Amino acid sequence: MKEILSGNEAIARGAYEAGVKVACAYPGTPSTEILENTIRYREIDSSWATNEKVALEVGIGASFVGARSLVTMKHVGVNVAADPLFTLSYTGVNGGLVLVCADDPELHSSQNEQDSRNYAKFAKVPMLEPADSQECLEFTKLAYEISEKYDTPVLLRTTTRISHSKSVVNMGERTGAVRDAKIEKNAAKFVMLPGNARVRHVAVEERTVQLSKDGCGMPINRVEMRDGKIGVITAGIAYQHVREALPEASVLKLGMVHPLPFDLIGDFAAKVEKLYVVEELDPFIEEQVKAIGIPVIGKEIISICGELTPGRVRKAFGLPENAQSAVEKLPGRPPNMCPGCPHRGVFYTLNQLKAYVSGDIGCYTLGFMPPLSAMDTCVCMGASIGMATGAVKVLPPEERKKVVAVIGDSTFLHTGINGLMDMVYNKGAATVIILDNRITAMTGRQENPGSGHTLMNDPANAVDFELLCKAIGVKNVRTINPLDLDECRTVISEEMERPETSVIITDKPCVLIKREGIFKAGAPLQVVDESCTGCRACLKIGCPAIEWVPASGKKGKAHIDPLLCNGCDVCSQLCKFSAIQEAK
Amino acid sequence: MSDKVTNIVLVGVGGQGILLAAEILSETFMLAGFDVKKSEIHGMSQRGGSVVSHVRYGKEVFSPMVPEGEGDILFGFELMESYRYLSLLKPGGTVVVNDLCIAPPSVLVGQEQYPADMALKIQELCPDCLLVDGQNLAIQAGNARAANTVLLGAVSKRLDIEEKYWIEAIEKMVPKKALAVNLKAFEMGRGLK
Ligand code: SF4
Ligand code: SF4
Repeated sequence: MKEILSGNEAIARGAYEAGVKVACAYPGTPSTEILENTIRYREIDSSWATNEKVALEVGIGASFVGARSLVTMKHVGVNVAADPLFTLSYTGVNGGLVLVCADDPELHSSQNEQDSRNYAKFAKVPMLEPADSQECLEFTKLAYEISEKYDTPVLLRTTTRISHSKSVVNMGERTGAVRDAKIEKNAAKFVMLPGNARVRHVAVEERTVQLSKDGCGMPINRVEMRDGKIGVITAGIAYQHVREALPEASVLKLGMVHPLPFDLIGDFAAKVEKLYVVEELDPFIEEQVKAIGIPVIGKEIISICGELTPGRVRKAFGLPENAQSAVEKLPGRPPNMCPGCPHRGVFYTLNQLKAYVSGDIGCYTLGFMPPLSAMDTCVCMGASIGMATGAVKVLPPEERKKVVAVIGDSTFLHTGINGLMDMVYNKGAATVIILDNRITAMTGRQENPGSGHTLMNDPANAVDFELLCKAIGVKNVRTINPLDLDECRTVISEEMERPETSVIITDKPCVLIKREGIFKAGAPLQVVDESCTGCRACLKIGCPAIEWVPASGKKGKAHIDPLLCNGCDVCSQLCKFSAIQEAK
Repeated sequence: MSDKVTNIVLVGVGGQGILLAAEILSETFMLAGFDVKKSEIHGMSQRGGSVVSHVRYGKEVFSPMVPEGEGDILFGFELMESYRYLSLLKPGGTVVVNDLCIAPPSVLVGQEQYPADMALKIQELCPDCLLVDGQNLAIQAGNARAANTVLLGAVSKRLDIEEKYWIEAIEKMVPKKALAVNLKAFEMGRGLK
């Protein structure tokens, strides 16, 4: 059957066809939709884990007792999962295990541009890289075969353009190779104490050598001979851009990017006059080709930063571009927190209190943008609390008070909680605000252990953040309504003054939450023209529903778009002239 | 079937239904027997950022991205965003654009101004430009939110694909209860010259 699928949908389908029994992930753009699609197949137990390390551990557990499992994450998630991954490389698998890591060249929604292919080499694990949705499906199935045949986890690398692009896919059936789980004890293989691990390390090295040899005969590594003048080694989305920009070039398309099929590369190099590597991000293939003594051109002409496009490839090869001349400079259109978002009042308050805000990753990261301008750091998931501890260790007492860590519910449960335990244990005197909006909002509203529902939409335990914080030793825990600016100001400033750890929890939901009855929009507000003095106070919260309407000669007035306003009432609290009222 | 690939670029603001329109386009082309690739960035599109989707179809499509300067049609949902992405359009390419301005954050707070005469400037650069009053036509069709389908109808008229494939794709992708309005909106868009 033919369908148009995104790379992520195709991977989910591939996992289904491969007989996968368990799929586990932490949401992260652009990988998120894989698990949102495995839930279409009830044969697969799909779940959100608290973080990527836990997700991989769940996958490992299922594999060790014999079932095929799928684990997915974004590139930075692999950093979190790296600890089990590197030893899993030694133990190998029982049921096949595939870890999808979705890279984000061009940083469409990430904090760095790291190239996960380095993890394949570093962890000594094979990596496949599909170039469209059809390959996403096929490579996923093949990855399970390789995993079991070579006794290794397999990394499947995608990039944003593969994950979120759609193309036509021929689908198949779930195969007979569905593996059943049963307990099989094998300590020599699955207990990685030094004595056992030394033995396994030898097996890992042999495996890599074997895979490199066998890779030369794998159909996914294929030579397309055309003109003999230019030969290009490429993989993944870069292959498509090369075909687009250089239709006459001969191409060695690699489906397995680690380990490389060196003999095949050598043969190809011998057949062409000039050899290039076209790859996104790091010179991963290029350096290894050079290391075996084959001269090749790569990063001399192709940027190490950002994603490739057909135009960029064309430019690298000195071909003319057809782009029209640049047009006038336009105002940018960055994303913004939604109208009625519960984070807005907290950031407004932090800005007013001149706090030093140790930030984290979620919708609330947008709090760094003007006019809120209330986020001073953002490094990785769960880092805000630990970083606040570090800052108060060294700041003078007056400055120390200003340190406030902000973190979302899902991020707190991901890795923030460790930071909080550490802060309490080591007497870090900072204020921590848990922005609990009942959902993992940033990646598209996924459930989490605080939300009371699972990925498969079953009711579940909801973590009680207040009790949890108390249990790990926080004495000062307060819950506030983030839409009440007076309450925000009073409570946050009191806790900032306190010379010990305090936690403030906000309790209003994300406005986009899907489940019924959680978010209730208020009646839209309007600006009463006669009362509006044009003081611009309401503009300071940056709500997308409020627009400044300039008037010639006069000062202008604010206007609220009734279709956008969610009636959170934050703006009216800023208006000293009571000009913002419920619409009649 | 010629080897030529046709390139469509959809642009606008998060929340305008661009992604659904791109889905319907892709589905139509697949039903009509073409190879199709669609690409978009939707990490934070829910939050009012600029959204671009590329749809390409033909006998065989490689890159999912429309090469700079090779767009056949720029399908715009908002004026300033359409102007921003004109460089993707080929010289002499077609523009179908919604006659609508949505202010970005810097304009909302009064720091910058929405650039003047966007529609005129687009028409100057691209004489083959159809300005569609999407909002009003959608209201006439029965729902202000069907503006994207009106626009889709206008675009469909500029592509050599049988109408039945469009209808089939819309029936497949649009929720049942909104179908009648959307089919009407689509016809109204097709009726624009
Ligand atoms: S998605 Fe939810 S949390 Fe994110 S900006 Fe919108 S309201 Fe706020
Ligand atoms: S009440 Fe004010 S701040 Fe809240 S959504 Fe409406 S316009 Fe925005």
